[in-house]
This record gives sequence, structure tokens and C-alpha cells, in this order.
Amino acid sequence: MADLYTNAPPVLAPASAEAKNVLIQANTVESILPLNVKSLRYAVGAAELIRGVSFVVQRGSRNIVLGANGAGKSVLLRLLHGLLPPSGGQIEWAHSNAQFKQAMVFQRPIMLRRTARENIEFSLRLTQRGHRSRDSRGHRSRDSRGHRISDVASAAEAALDRVGLAHLADRPARLCSGGEQQRIALARAWALSPEVLFLDEPTASLDPTATKAIEEIIHAINKTGTTIIMTTHDIGQVKRIASRVLFLHRGQLIEDAAATPFFETPQSPEAAAFIKGELLW
Amino acid sequence: MSEFTQGFSTAFALIATANSELLAIITLSLKVSSTAVLIASALALPFGAWLALSFFPGRQIVIAILNGMMGLPPVVVGLLIYLLLSRAGPMGALGLLFTPTAMVVAQTLLIFPIIAALARQVIEDAWSEYREQLMSLNASRLQSMVALLWDMRFTLLTAVLAGFGRAIAEVGAVMIVGGNIDGVTRVMTTAISLETSKGDLAMALALGVVLITIVVIINAIAQIVKTTAMRRHG
Ligand SMILES: Nc1ncnc2c1ncn2[C@@H]1O[C@H](COP(=O)(O)OP(=O)(O)OP(=O)(O)O)[C@@H](O)[C@H]1O
Ligand SMILES: [Mg+2]
Repeated sequence: MADLYTNAPPVLAPASAEAKNVLIQANTVESILPLNVKSLRYAVGAAELIRGVSFVVQRGSRNIVLGANGAGKSVLLRLLHGLLPPSGGQIEWAHSNAQFKQAMVFQRPIMLRRTARENIEFSLRLTQRGHRSRDSRGHRSRDSRGHRISDVASAAEAALDRVGLAHLADRPARLCSGGEQQRIALARAWALSPEVLFLDEPTASLDPTATKAIEEIIHAINKTGTTIIMTTHDIGQVKRIASRVLFLHRGQLIEDAAATPFFETPQSPEAAAFIKGELLW
Repeated sequence: MSEFTQGFSTAFALIATANSELLAIITLSLKVSSTAVLIASALALPFGAWLALSFFPGRQIVIAILNGMMGLPPVVVGLLIYLLLSRAGPMGALGLLFTPTAMVVAQTLLIFPIIAALARQVIEDAWSEYREQLMSLNASRLQSMVALLWDMRFTLLTAVLAGFGRAIAEVGAVMIVGGNIDGVTRVMTTAISLETSKGDLAMALALGVVLITIVVIINAIAQIVKTTAMRRHG
């Protein structure tokens, strides 16, 4: 198909130029956001883990799902990312290719039995397949996210460099410390330039310096246009990062507010107690 | 000297002088069994990986059967292949009975379940660990299988070596389909069995020593590979 296209007679040139414009326009309107979550439910047997949660996620926002241990934060992120099938309700993305435009960093990072660099290269190669575009000579040169194919190795190294782990590129990822693995996982997800990035407690096992670095990275990722949906139970982190807070309590969304009003005038006693650092039960 | 010590000293003399009959038998054994292992691995590793990542009705039954077939009696496998390849059998026209090819076929069938069942277990364990990450990256099932097979290659090598150990040490299947023909289909195990019954203990012992050495080396390699892999990749 692509060869036919490049060898097309000149008569067709204006038409193809037009097609290019259409494509460029499509690229700008193709966003998978806003995300519309409606009455989302998830149950395992009799246990209702997520009970009718509804909210909207806007482009470019930094959303923090806040809640105590076992509130359902990780389950909610898995549902949104498409790793768990909802028991009820809807998860509506604005575009049907949504699954290819998101990435997730798990609470416990999953490292392949390869070096840090190879872990990232693996993800880059995997997501390139089937999404490659071709340059004017019909050569495959860039993937859907604009990476040059030949640049996979350097993209992986750049990604490690951004999280301050360039020196660990050739270390087997599973032999890295917990905090290092978490940063590799973040680099791996970032390298994919996702439109939406899910982060499940990305700083849970990091020391204060690394936490600060990661928070800066999250801001940097967000500045490139990536929407952040993350969990934490670190109130300070919420204040430093969130543009919007979703407070989850036993599977229910009991507060959905911009960061400032959430802290100044929490609407529910549970959220007020959580902010004050009291035990909820 | 007693018959026993006499047998041993002659046996070591045979090994030390690289007796040509001994060498021919060992060579054929290694050829047949390593060919069987290569073919069985090429089929069983992808099959095991596929089984680990698939869901279909009756999957548990397939797994149970596969696990059960790990202990297939070699003589029964030999009998099946014999029936298949014998003149009157469905594949008799190929004229493969009593050839090394028939022995390869029998050993392949014998060790396929071993490699496939072990691979299934290894890949399934790794899959439960990698699943969410691979799903997050939209990996297809085939891509996931390839990634898992590659990542678990050292552990899988021990499964392959287990298959080789089984193949090189079995006697029943190769005896039936190979016929233990001198210089054509005589391998270590069938030769040991024959020489013993003939009373030529020296030859039998020499082959026995070599066979045990091979099996011990294989297990040592498996162990080294496993610990190296753990140290290198975690
Ligand atoms: N597959 C499952 N089957 C049964 N219960 C589950 C399952 N997955 C999660 N749960 C339960 O659902 C609840 C919410 O789990 P989840 O992991 O989402 O909590 P969390 O808010 O992320 O907590 P933490 O802050 O500790 O990470 C927990 O009580 C957990 O035990
Ligand atoms: Mg969690």
C-alpha cells in the first residue's frame, strides 16, 4: 500500500497533500481525553471494591487519587487502564485508540529479566509495532509517537538519563534496588510519551531526595502535555503535585475537588480526618 | 582377580584406548538423543508457552494429560511408534523401522511432554508476574510468548536438559523401534542391556560409566545455568 502511494503518478499529488492536511488536523483533535467515568463498579465475588464512581478527567490535568490503604486506589487505576474488566458502569475515552496512548507505572514495578536499558528498549519496540509511519521515500523511520526507529537505543538511554539513572543502563533491572526499579519503570513509561500516564504510588519506596526528583519529573512530564492520574497517601505530595484530588474511601468517591478547596474546605468528615492525619476507622 | 574387578579394569581400558566400537555406540547415542531434544524443544517450548497464556475449555485437562505424559513408559512409546512404522502400519511405507530416524521419533515423543509441561509451568509463573506490564504495553499473545520464552531461557534450558537426560538414558523405546542392530541402531542403553545378557561385562560397564558421566555432566550444567541465571538476572 505504501509503495503504491509513493509511486503514485503526479496527478494525484494535490490529493495526497490534502490527505496530509487532514491527517495533521486529525492528530490535533485525536486526543483520547477527556475521560468520562460513569458509575464505575468493580466487584470480586461479594466484595464491592469500587462502588459507583463517576468523574471526568480533563486534558493536561494532574489528578491524584487519595485514600487510605485498601481504599481501592490501585483497583481504580487498573480499571481505568483497562487491566481489569469493570463489573458495571462505563469508562469512556474520547478516542477509540485510547489503549495505545496510555502507560502505567505499577505500585510494585515489574522488571523484565534484562538490563535497565533493554527493559525500556523492549517497551519502545513493542509499542512501535503496527504503528510505524513511513518517511517520504517509504522507509519506516518513525513510530506513531515520532521516535526514529534507529533511535530506540538512544531514546532508552535518554529516558534513563532523565530519571538520573544513566549509570545503571547496563545493570540487570531486577538487581536494582526498589527505588531504582521504580525510577526505571517511570523512565520506561515516560519513554512511550503517553497522553495519559497512570502512576500507582510512584514514590512509595523512595527516599526524600529521590521523591523530590520524581515529583519534578512528574511535573516535567505533565508540562509536555501528558495528563497525570496517580495515587498516593502522602498528603504533602498531593499539595505539591495535584491540580485535582479524588478522595476514595472504601471504594467510593466521596470527594472530587481542586487541590486548594480540598485542603481548605473538605466536604466530608472522612477527608477532613485524612487531611488531619487521623485514623479513619 | 574377581570377575567384577576384572570387568572394571577392562572397561576403563576400553575407555582409555577410545575403543572404536565403544565410540561408535556413544556417538550414535548422542546424535539420536540430541536430535530428538532439538526437535522436541522446537515444538514443546512454543507449545508450553502457548498453553501457559491460553484459556479455552478443557485447558486444565490438557495440562493434566501433559503432566501425566511426563512419566510415559518408554516401552509403550516404543510400541506405539513400532505399530505406526511397521510394514503393515499407517506409515510403514516410509521404511523407517529399525533406523536411527525411528529412534529419534520415539525419543522425541517420549520427551516432548517433559519439556512442554516444564515449559508451561515456568512460563505460566513468569506470565503471572509479567502479565499486567505486558498488557499495559498492548503486547499481543505472540509477543508476550516470545518475551517470556526469552526472559526465562535459562530456566527453560534446564527443562531441555531434563529431556536430554531422559532420552539418553531410556532403553525401552529405542530397543523396540531401533532393534539394537550392531553398527546401525545400537546405542549405549541397548548395548549395555545386550552385553550384560551376553556376559560381556567389560563393554557393558564401560558404556555404563560413560552414560553416568554424561548424565552427571548434564545435571551439573543445569545447576550451573540455574544459579548463574539467578545471579545475573534476579
Ligand atoms: N483480586 C482481588 N480479590 C479480592 N480482593 C481484592 C482484589 N484486589 C484487591 N482487593 C481488595 O480491594 C481493596 C482495595 O485494594 P487496592 O489495592 O485498590 O487498595 P489501595 O487503595 O491501592 O491500597 P494501598 O494504599 O495499600 O495500595 C483491598 O481491600 C484489597 O484487599
Ligand atoms: Mg495500591
